[in-house]
Amino acid sequence: MLQATEKIVSLSGMTKSFGAVRALTNVDLAVGVGECLGLVGHNGAGKSTLINLLAGTLAPDGGEIRVNGMAQAADYGVRRAGAQGIRCVFQELSLCPNLSVAENTRIYHKSLRGWGWRRNAAALVQRKLDEIFPDHGISAHATVGDLPIGRRQMVEIARAFTVTDSPTRLVVLDEPTSSLDAFAGKQLLTYVRTFVAGGGSCLLTSHLLGDILDYCDRIVVMKDGGVVADRAAVEFDRESLVAAMGNVVSEARIKAHERAAAARIEASEVVRALPKQQSDQTALVAHRGEIIGLAGLAGHGQTRLLLQIYEAAGQRGAETTVAGPVALVAGDRQNDGVLHLWSIARNISVRSMRTLVRVGLIDGAAEVALANKWRERIRIRTPDVDNNILSLSGGNQQKVLFARALGSDAGIILMDDPMRGVDVGTKLEVYELIRAEAEAGRTFIWYTTEIEELNNCDHVYVMRDGQIVADVARADLTEEKVLQASFREQGARA
Amino acid sequence: MTDAVLPSPAREQSAFYRDPKLLRRALPAVSLAAVLIAIFILNDRAMSYRGLDLMLKYAVPIAFATIAQMFILTVNDLDLSIGAFVGLVACIAGIWMVDQPLLCLLILAGCIGSYAAVGALIHVRRLPSIVVTLGMSFVWLGIAVILMPTPGGTVPEWLKSLMSWKSPIIPFPIIACVVIGVLAHVLLMESSYGAVLRGAGGNATAVDRAGWSLLKIRMLMYALAGFFGVLSGLSLIGLTTSPDAHIADRYTLLSIAGVILGGGEFVGGRVSPIGAVIGAVTLTLTGSFLIFMRISPDWQIGAQGAVLIVVLALRALIKLREAR
Repeated sequence: MLQATEKIVSLSGMTKSFGAVRALTNVDLAVGVGECLGLVGHNGAGKSTLINLLAGTLAPDGGEIRVNGMAQAADYGVRRAGAQGIRCVFQELSLCPNLSVAENTRIYHKSLRGWGWRRNAAALVQRKLDEIFPDHGISAHATVGDLPIGRRQMVEIARAFTVTDSPTRLVVLDEPTSSLDAFAGKQLLTYVRTFVAGGGSCLLTSHLLGDILDYCDRIVVMKDGGVVADRAAVEFDRESLVAAMGNVVSEARIKAHERAAAARIEASEVVRALPKQQSDQTALVAHRGEIIGLAGLAGHGQTRLLLQIYEAAGQRGAETTVAGPVALVAGDRQNDGVLHLWSIARNISVRSMRTLVRVGLIDGAAEVALANKWRERIRIRTPDVDNNILSLSGGNQQKVLFARALGSDAGIILMDDPMRGVDVGTKLEVYELIRAEAEAGRTFIWYTTEIEELNNCDHVYVMRDGQIVADVARADLTEEKVLQASFREQGARA
Repeated sequence: MTDAVLPSPAREQSAFYRDPKLLRRALPAVSLAAVLIAIFILNDRAMSYRGLDLMLKYAVPIAFATIAQMFILTVNDLDLSIGAFVGLVACIAGIWMVDQPLLCLLILAGCIGSYAAVGALIHVRRLPSIVVTLGMSFVWLGIAVILMPTPGGTVPEWLKSLMSWKSPIIPFPIIACVVIGVLAHVLLMESSYGAVLRGAGGNATAVDRAGWSLLKIRMLMYALAGFFGVLSGLSLIGLTTSPDAHIADRYTLLSIAGVILGGGEFVGGRVSPIGAVIGAVTLTLTGSFLIFMRISPDWQIGAQGAVLIVVLALRALIKLREAR
């Protein structure tokens, strides 16, 4: 049945890079008419990039897009996609908060105008809301900004399914259930089945694997910017799907860390933090000289926990105890890390300014000496540390941020997914540096979205919905375990 | 978990005075009423056809300028040149309107066109509107001073008689303000394209993704601002009879204050045309209030500022309640 149906869209040879980072390599994807296709993969696997190419919000570097069998020209974009019946519900809400539900529907449909447009738009979206989410309790005249996020998501989904002059052929739902509760999520998925049965098509991504397994006809698994599995949903079960998403056996796992496990008990405890939303008493614990990994899907409270520790530096509290000064390595370089107008030296020394003061003024020579020491140590590629920070490449800018933290007096280093968009060479250099510093007695708490990086850690905490859901020692660490914990079924907990 | 989707009608049907949303919407009208009542208490003769006509005469050009500013604020921009522009329009009309009315209309249409061009420039080059319009204010003022170095010019009789028309029962300025408010309301709040225009202020990406041209939207908003700026200039010289390049310098800030007083916000496409007109009228009345208090008109700007602060403080209080 799968092969026989015609395709609503087919992407072939999709390639896309962001600077030095290869997001997609030669990916093929097709959605059949009357099919619900599930797309899974962990963060950074390339799902979002692929969806954006399909939606026309990004242009591919190479490859061909066909819609209804017709090859699309280079000017393929949101408008061309929309005109051919492709609708997208993006993870970030694309509603106008200052407008009413009906007015937002009007923006979506050019043909809703003339006398009574407001009434028609209201009726149109109200009907669809009733159809998808019975008992939704949303008025079509409510201002979107006043609605809670779950209801806003419902409006956006319902709007994508409304039809005026051109038919809706394919609806792309990118993590649609992320801001819906379990009940509304089920209502949506049930509706998707009706829609598909009526000849429509759906492309669905979700981190709730149960939803994908139960409601999709076919599942495509992505990993590292490529498709690694493409089979009918009935051929998968939970375990095989998780296995397809990650490496089954991690090579590095073989060298077990008994030494580290033993040392963990003996070394003094330097950080103890209980996440604010934690329902039980599982706290993050870090000992001197340890590298602690924070895993889980992006945005599940890891950064918040890091900031909680950062703010509690040197304090003993009921929830958070931190012995000694703390430094943070930001992951979002441009927004949280780099001081754009300053030199490389000043960017390194800013965290250590207090120790570089002589008679109330900054000691320039000491500042440059500190910067040069770290330039040597972690090989920041610049002829002169007085150059502006922006003269460096992204990876070298990130090294500067590491130098800022490691050059300070802090014994505890927090890292907020610091390897985002950093090339492999730099990564390996920094891994080595972190290990050396840990052996010298520094403690690292390392949030990362790349599962391979967890191999560098002595102990890993997996977070979901702001809570620690798994506490894994290095010896027991497998990618599967981390994924299982990150993706646990929502219903299983409720 | 399933409880969350059930509607909660109990919370939505609270009393009027307890609903912060309604309270916030009523705030502009309440502040206007407060100023009016204060004036009537100080001087009961103001509560007459003649009194209202006199007090509100100058509200008409200010209301036009405020609506012009509101169009710009709708798309999250700010126009610091509207006062100078109104002054330029006044000079152009003073020079040519009587002798060469057709040429004058052409020039004024060109002015509106250049407003749209400024909007296009801001959009295409992604420039901050504050900087561009501040620069443009010197351009408008410079042209006006070159055209008319000293106050002078002639005003067409029809314009004078229109602005001083004694309409039956309800004074003309009140009728004019209501018409301006309703017109702008229909244009921006009721028309189907108006929703798109406001949407561009709320979430430009969403509007763009839905297939609308943001360039066209911004040019249209600036053109509308130019159009209402022209109307403001014409109505102003109909009242003063002697145009001058500096005649409307205060309008820039007055118009911003009017929009904000009327419930508008600087970002997010949240504006109210009727509120903006009410805001303009409130600010105009503040001047009369000072006169009745026997306070020098020099304090007028200060008093307008005070009204603005009081109203914004009230709004902040209401918002605080909304958040709870």
